[in-house]
Amino acid sequence: MQTTWAYTSNYFVYSAMALFTISFIAHAFETAFAVRAPEVADATQGNLLVKTLDYKRTEKTARIATAMMILGFLLLLAGVICRGISAKHVPWGNMYEFSITGALAFTGAYLAALRKYDLRWLGVFVSFSVLITLGTAITLLYRNSAPLVPALKSTWLVIHVTSAIISGGVFLLANVVAASYLYLERVESRGPRPAWLQRVPSLEVLDQLSYRLVAFVFPLWTFAVIAGAIWAESAWGRYWGWDPKETWAFITWVAYAAYLHARVTVGWRGRRAAWLCIFAGSTFLFNYVYVNVWGTGKHTYSGL
Amino acid sequence: MSQETEIPELGFLGLARYAWRQLTSMRTALILLMLMGVAAIPGSLIPQRITNPMAVRDFITQNPALSLWYDRLSLFDVYGSPWFSAIYILLFISLIGCVLPRSLEHFKAMRAQPPATPKNLARLEEYQKFDTDSQVLDRASTWFKQHRFRVLNEGQSLSAEKGYLRETGNLLFHLSLILILIGVSFGSLFGMKGDAIVNVGERFINVPTSYDTLSFGKLTGEKSLTPFQIHVDKFVAQYDPATNAPKDYTAWVTVTNDGVTRKETIKVNEPLTFGNTRVYLQANGYSPVVTVRDSKGDVAFQGPVPFLPQDGNLRSIGAIKVPDAIPQVGFVGSFVPTNSRSAGQGAISIFPELLDPKLLFSVWKGNLGLDSGVPQSVYRLDTTKLTKVGLGSVKPGETFTYPEGSITLETVVPWINLQVVEDPGKKYALVGGIVAVLGLLSSLYGRRRRIWIRVTSDGVEVAGLAKNGAPGLEAEIKNFLAALKGEK
Ligand code: HEM
Repeated sequence: MQTTWAYTSNYFVYSAMALFTISFIAHAFETAFAVRAPEVADATQGNLLVKTLDYKRTEKTARIATAMMILGFLLLLAGVICRGISAKHVPWGNMYEFSITGALAFTGAYLAALRKYDLRWLGVFVSFSVLITLGTAITLLYRNSAPLVPALKSTWLVIHVTSAIISGGVFLLANVVAASYLYLERVESRGPRPAWLQRVPSLEVLDQLSYRLVAFVFPLWTFAVIAGAIWAESAWGRYWGWDPKETWAFITWVAYAAYLHARVTVGWRGRRAAWLCIFAGSTFLFNYVYVNVWGTGKHTYSGL
Repeated sequence: MSQETEIPELGFLGLARYAWRQLTSMRTALILLMLMGVAAIPGSLIPQRITNPMAVRDFITQNPALSLWYDRLSLFDVYGSPWFSAIYILLFISLIGCVLPRSLEHFKAMRAQPPATPKNLARLEEYQKFDTDSQVLDRASTWFKQHRFRVLNEGQSLSAEKGYLRETGNLLFHLSLILILIGVSFGSLFGMKGDAIVNVGERFINVPTSYDTLSFGKLTGEKSLTPFQIHVDKFVAQYDPATNAPKDYTAWVTVTNDGVTRKETIKVNEPLTFGNTRVYLQANGYSPVVTVRDSKGDVAFQGPVPFLPQDGNLRSIGAIKVPDAIPQVGFVGSFVPTNSRSAGQGAISIFPELLDPKLLFSVWKGNLGLDSGVPQSVYRLDTTKLTKVGLGSVKPGETFTYPEGSITLETVVPWINLQVVEDPGKKYALVGGIVAVLGLLSSLYGRRRRIWIRVTSDGVEVAGLAKNGAPGLEAEIKNFLAALKGEK
């Protein structure tokens, strides 16, 4: 039985997808059209043929791209809220809901970070991955809106999952930045950056940025794990039971603690730190995908 | 003459000291921490006895040879295995040895004065130099005071420092990890956990014999059980008619504890609390209430028999054993709360509430083997040595007759599974968790930095240093300079 709210939610999600598509195209156009051929193209001197970027020409496109992203975010927010109203609970009872809420958190993390850092170069990637996530969610993972099983009815669940989803959004953003670092490092080792990569900040900035993001959310992730434990204590009679989901949350926590230590106390920078960051982020993703889909345990509910 | 290898310099004490220093080095602690993360992985991929005993049993029947090795390596009990325990006990010792001395040091450092102004300020971050001004040190001193820097006055220079909270938070965080580990071990050594199936209308008394399963921590035992009684008055499960998913479970109970009797409710997220002991509503199902008569019509058994749910619609299986009948009889049964038939599976349930209940069974006679000393599941009947004498089904109020007697389904009552857990360590773990988050916040968001100002013959020098390259020093020094120049 689908309620009007659930249908409304779906419309919002579809419209958000449309806007993310426009945003993706605009971001791609922005980079593509900003590339300018060198004014003096002397074929006899190949090394002079270094193209540059000129963002004056594409400033408008860029603003459209970000504006569409913000609108998409707001529509998705409305979709998530309607979904919550239709099911009468916070919208993360199954994997479809978790995916749309996760996509929301990821976009939110990007937009929030955009206010402080010049991250627009990431826009292509963010809009694309959000689009893929929403597409997968609505085609493969879609489930009718249903009430929560009694164990999930708890304020602590709301607190736990909210902080986990926000942490996840920021962890993924840190991963994307770390991956960009690794990619750029390879590109730079072969020669100067091609034009379309010129706006991406220097390696040093990327390196520092992924650390900042992790250091910023690590306390929140710690809190998410503890809130989960408090909820488990009231629902299942133990605060920690090495359920697969709990185990992987712990592994993620340990991996990020190792990452922070590697940076702060051992002084790792650059490639090694980026790999460790990606490894830690992968344990988070693994927890979401593997444990929800193939895992057994108390965290696996209601057919995904 | 026997020759012994000698370790002349070290000796036993020296060796011990060396081992201790190695164990408590930060590198070892971090390796142990990583090791604990890695060691936790197999437990999430291989079924575990503590979380999923059924899956372990299935796995063993399917892979007997592999399971032998798994068992030798404790891979079905990863989190209680000797090697997992070894890792976390070593981590525990390492943390203590590593963090406690640092805390003392930090405590001393917190009360010490900021370090003297370095000779060469020009090499530091945010170095600035401008013209002398006779009052500049006074203004600097005022600014430092306003901004709660700690200041060392060296006559011609000031050395100011702020942000000790960062280290304090960091140490608190690491200390809290020790507290959490203490809480966890305390709980597992002194705690208990048990399960009991209680039919609605029956009373649960907290003594060992009331439990279906019961386990105690290594350092505690039966005497530790909190005395209380719970009478289950009523139980209601609500289901969503569209999806059959459960919406709410509530048990109404009468509790007797310390001579006081009171009414309470238990819900899934709302356990009952008796000090360190909590009582949870963990599962529920149905108990057919049956009367079994022998061929003369005498009652051989009467009462509720809990059946075990097999699916979301509460199709349940169970066994009714009647050792007092002559000959002994047993029933292998299946109970459906809302009866329907499916082509492949026979009787199924299509809704978890009692809309059209039905009990289906086969009847067996012979020695049930209850006094053979081999423990038997109450939900299963071993029929290998029995003879089948009937096959039937009854709805409430109906009686089925077979050559050796008859069975009547009187009614059906729900049962609930009460899980009783005592964990005296969890409050320490909780405090540890709270301190961990607060400590992390101040450690990761705190910024420790120093600012120096020195008046020399040819001008005023200002410089700063931010630990771990924390951001914001530049802006702070800009403010400081603005204040010095009276621009504020
Ligand atoms: C036993 C030895 C350990 C020692 C000596 C130690 C020491 C330190 C030190 C010196 C810092 C850096 C403080 C700073 O300069 O700001 C730090 C940070 C940290 N430690 Fe440990 N630690 C140990 C174990 C652990 C463990 C077991 C964890 C568990 C997760 C952990 C988690 C962290 C975290 C999250 C940070 C914050 C990193 C940051 O400031 O960015 N540490 N630790």
